[in-house]
Amino acid sequence: MASVILENVRKVYAGGVEAVKGISLDVPNGSFTVLLGPSGCGKSTLLRMIAGLETITGGTCKIGDRVVNEVEPAERDIAMVFQNYALYPHMSVYDNMAYGLRNRRTPKPEIERRVREAARMLAIEDFLDRRPRALSGGQRQRVAMGRAIVREPQAFLFDEPLSNLDAKLRVQMRIEIRRLHNRLKATSIFVTHDQVEAMTLADVVVVMNHGRIEQVGKPTDVYNRPATRFVATFIGSPAMNLVPGRVIGRGKVEIPGSGTLDFDPDQFEVADGTSVEVGIRPEDMTVAASGESNGFAMKPEFVEELGPNRLVHGLAGSAPLVLSVPSSMHDLGNGTIALHVPEHRVHVFDTTTGRTLRRG
Amino acid sequence: MVERRSLATLLAHVVLILGIVVVAFPIWVTFVASTHHAKDIMTAPIPLWPGTQFFENYRRLLFEGLINPTAGGVPMWRMMTNSFIMAMIIALGKIFVSFIAAFAIVYFRFPFRMVVFWIIFMTLMLPVEVRIVPTFKVVADLGMLNSYAGLTIPLIASATATFLFRQFFLTVPDELAEAARIDGAGPVKFMKDILLPLSRTNLAALFVIMFTFGWNQYLWPLLMTTDRQYLTVVMGIQRMINVADTDPQWPMVMAAVILAMLPPVAVVLLMQRWFIKGLVETEK
Repeated sequence: MASVILENVRKVYAGGVEAVKGISLDVPNGSFTVLLGPSGCGKSTLLRMIAGLETITGGTCKIGDRVVNEVEPAERDIAMVFQNYALYPHMSVYDNMAYGLRNRRTPKPEIERRVREAARMLAIEDFLDRRPRALSGGQRQRVAMGRAIVREPQAFLFDEPLSNLDAKLRVQMRIEIRRLHNRLKATSIFVTHDQVEAMTLADVVVVMNHGRIEQVGKPTDVYNRPATRFVATFIGSPAMNLVPGRVIGRGKVEIPGSGTLDFDPDQFEVADGTSVEVGIRPEDMTVAASGESNGFAMKPEFVEELGPNRLVHGLAGSAPLVLSVPSSMHDLGNGTIALHVPEHRVHVFDTTTGRTLRRG
Repeated sequence: MVERRSLATLLAHVVLILGIVVVAFPIWVTFVASTHHAKDIMTAPIPLWPGTQFFENYRRLLFEGLINPTAGGVPMWRMMTNSFIMAMIIALGKIFVSFIAAFAIVYFRFPFRMVVFWIIFMTLMLPVEVRIVPTFKVVADLGMLNSYAGLTIPLIASATATFLFRQFFLTVPDELAEAARIDGAGPVKFMKDILLPLSRTNLAALFVIMFTFGWNQYLWPLLMTTDRQYLTVVMGIQRMINVADTDPQWPMVMAAVILAMLPPVAVVLLMQRWFIKGLVETEK
């Protein structure tokens, strides 16, 4: 196992499109790092550069203490799991897993041992003689992981491996991947656009957008302390509400047409009179008991029923606002709803840069 | 599924049976004619049932050949061997060359890749007949007249097969090539271990088409060979008919036609099993 260290890595495609704009990232030995971002944010390109499937335009990529910029994928000592599994359709499961080892002239008994062991670990022992097409999606995914495991690589690279599975299987495989990681303690880099996958799997989440890193942190960090407006809205479902406001005193922000909100003045550094963007998660707001509200209120427009809870869509002043309430709450009254937000759950962002105004 | 109705089924069968009769009847007549004496089939009515000369006619044709000035006693087995060698070299050569060419075009980024592809593609529009005079000149200058090499090499380059393989390679997911790269398979290994097995249906289909193409070559062997040793079946039949001052020996000609049909039919039947196997086994 080894760490993966990226220094100012860039990718410019022929034609001038800059897919990755100078990324520096340290993936510590044995960690599970998830690259998360919307499609086209460069996360897959970054992974493919680490794998050696894309050339690196600028910067350096180190696996262990070796710079691998010019090293062939096979010699980088990594293994990759692809979204569409990329199993060789004409080979049996056993041969699929053994192919890489045979190419490296691993002795036969050793291949046999490793394949059997990986198959046992992944519970695919019964399918070793089958062709991939005779397997279900989840089983194929396991074979793809088995092919990676038998190589005993320095790092595992996962390129959206769960996207082709149905929702139920995805949850199951997610748990299995996590379990496998706990067992193997292998350095893993996992690319996904699914925030739930990222939150549940990662030791470290790297949120990317437009070829840049927006935030690196533990799952709880990116959720509780988003560094930018982008991270704030990308992580969490339904997305965080963003409403324009103006700071009118220490720890107080006015939402035009709606009321005022308290925020924690020790956490955010912002001068009076500044126009800011206020972020509040739908699940952090509650319908206020009398006297609890500072006048922050919303005009409801319609309700989305989700089962355990319901989403109330409406307006705070002129800004759209979504509120999540338990399904047990029936009476929302008519007219405006007064809302309560605990002050430490209010996020404040710079209007122009979109960066958080959080201290330190 | 179309609804099954007895009238529609009946009609479909009538049409199909008529079709089979139209196709099969001439072949039957050919076969019948090959089993009679020459004089029997020149007198009306033409016999519709096999005669007594089956073994005699075929034996003479296969091992002695026709004695006439042009066909000159070349036995049929000799012609069939020539045709078979020519068809095999053309079919296998075409498949080999176009497989490699398509592999290069699809999987390697070299300068003027698309230019090369379009040049190959454009030659689709230039069949042998169009370039026959310059090709003949080249082959003659290289001293390849009256040889298997001269018979086959000019026909081997194939834009059609290259194009087909290219289209097939484009449907192979890129991830497969990438997975192979990570698994430490170089280009040649990837081609041998992965692309070739995946292409076997295409290989079988192309082999059938190209073998038939090679077997049926007429104009090129006619120009290329003057030596009777290189006489092919199709040329042989033409020479059997083309006799001066006497009637062609029709039973022999018919027997030659029947024999000429057999190898392509055999290839189709043999390869058909591969086809279906390949079709059933393909992914998804």
